Amino acid sequence: MSLRMQNNLLAIFMMPEITLVLLTTIILLIGLFQKKNSFSNVTNLSVIALFFVFFLIYLNREFSFASYNYFFKSSLLIQFFKSIVVLGSIASIIISKSYFEELKLSRFEIPVLISFSTLGMLILISSNDLISMYLGIELQSLTLYVVAAIKRDSIQSAESGVKYFVLGALSSGILLYGCSLIYGFTGTTNFEEIRLSLISINHLSLGIIFGLVFVLVGLAFKVSAVPFHMWTPDVYEGAPTSITAFFAIVPKVSAVAIIYRFCLEPFGNFYSEWSQIIIFLSISSMFLGAIAAIAQQSIKRLLAYSSIGHVGYILIGLASANAAGIKGVIIYMLIYVVMNIAIFSIILSLKNNNSYIEKISELSGLSKSKPIISLSIAIIMLSLAGIPPFAGFFGKFYIFIAAVEADLIFLAVLGVISSVISAYYYLRIIKVLYFDEVDDCNYQSIITSQSLVLLICAILFLSFFVFYPSVFVTIGTTISLDFFQ
Amino acid sequence: MTSITIDHFLFLGAILFTIGVLGIFLNKKNVIIILMSVELILLAVNINFIAFSSFLGDISGQIFAMFTLTVAAAEAAIGLAILVVFFRNLGSIEVEKIRKLKG
Repeated sequence: MSLRMQNNLLAIFMMPEITLVLLTTIILLIGLFQKKNSFSNVTNLSVIALFFVFFLIYLNREFSFASYNYFFKSSLLIQFFKSIVVLGSIASIIISKSYFEELKLSRFEIPVLISFSTLGMLILISSNDLISMYLGIELQSLTLYVVAAIKRDSIQSAESGVKYFVLGALSSGILLYGCSLIYGFTGTTNFEEIRLSLISINHLSLGIIFGLVFVLVGLAFKVSAVPFHMWTPDVYEGAPTSITAFFAIVPKVSAVAIIYRFCLEPFGNFYSEWSQIIIFLSISSMFLGAIAAIAQQSIKRLLAYSSIGHVGYILIGLASANAAGIKGVIIYMLIYVVMNIAIFSIILSLKNNNSYIEKISELSGLSKSKPIISLSIAIIMLSLAGIPPFAGFFGKFYIFIAAVEADLIFLAVLGVISSVISAYYYLRIIKVLYFDEVDDCNYQSIITSQSLVLLICAILFLSFFVFYPSVFVTIGTTISLDFFQ
Repeated sequence: MTSITIDHFLFLGAILFTIGVLGIFLNKKNVIIILMSVELILLAVNINFIAFSSFLGDISGQIFAMFTLTVAAAEAAIGLAILVVFFRNLGSIEVEKIRKLKG
């Protein structure tokens, strides 16, 4: 083997996606052939593998072999979203480990499936072609269908798997139909070539508009924007809570990244064609997320509607389509992921009378026996509601600034109104925690030291973001300038 | 005598796609029919891709169709596996039985 070939091979192994494939396959084999403790070992190994992949993404080496640069792209925005996805997967594996063991659901397939899903998301985020976008979405979704139904003896889990599969497959089909129309009317599947071909035609024919709408509908299913959200509450409720944590933290990030890139890269010059769709999705998601959550009794359903509402705010940044919008979504996404890691690490460790907490009313009286945990929940809820000085406020602040800069003042006003409505149900949890009558309760919190560290870091991040927003604003500004150069 | 143009292929694809989507929403009986409808949607898309590829003289549509076929097979396998889990729990695969999660 010549030296040049060896260098080439080394370069290929330094690619985050290829490294992740190889390491996950090796971990799968280790889990398969190990008799004892396979779940625990596979979990630890996947965390290490994902950390390694994170460092490779951080190093961001240049690759140029085969058609790599035709199918994939690299930019600061992509690098940022990829690191958030990998870190979110690591966090969700860590916080869910003890829950799986407690539930006797310790199968070694789960961390392997989560790693493969992460791989799909990395492919999806960096895709520069309709083919790689579709394959990334499918790799992500197919593994998510399986993990939703992983608790095989539970009717709820199986039913959430069926619902997720049917609606997910439908959305992939719609997206694919849109891809075929875009391909047919522009003659290419590459994002950059689609952009050039659209500029040369200079107007969108009916076929391309249909294709654009179909693709956006498919992507709206994946980010669970209203009116394509109906699977979200059911799947969140039916799946085991640790899987719900993964659903809430990670796939949203990748879907948001691709919906931003799809609108702003190939169709960047045709703002007026897609902006109405995005504005409609954004307003309806914000309001449905705020209003439908009011009547919920289950914590998981409430967090599902809360995540629908957050997607609405995130899409405001896309509707603004300016540098401030990109900056806003970067800050918002980071804070959203941290908030979800924090709240799920608490839900996954808190037990009342030997069963995990599912209903909001079960939290009553927590402040008496576990004052620190209830204070943490209160901080997270205030942050989710967007009340200063907590971090959630800054996410919304930068998004609304972007909307005002883009002359979409009505969108910012509607956003403020819906966030006031949604404050009701976040504050209701704080009321239940501190002021409700205590019936017989016996709270235990079993939290592993790793997830305790994560929880403390997340709470500190949310509480003290106000003192150092400039760090993240600088990151956001750099990325948005790089994106629009 | 009229020759077959690309419009005919697109029309066929659109009809199959619509039948697939309606099959998912109007079907009241059986989850297997939903799986068949999903396959129908993917095949409608494949007809589109092949027709465009042939009329544009561009190969990437056919490559895309190949990938779609592979993914469709994987999707059917996973769908059937989930359905087996569902059947073991409920003893039935009627669509109307999927109603445990509501709120």
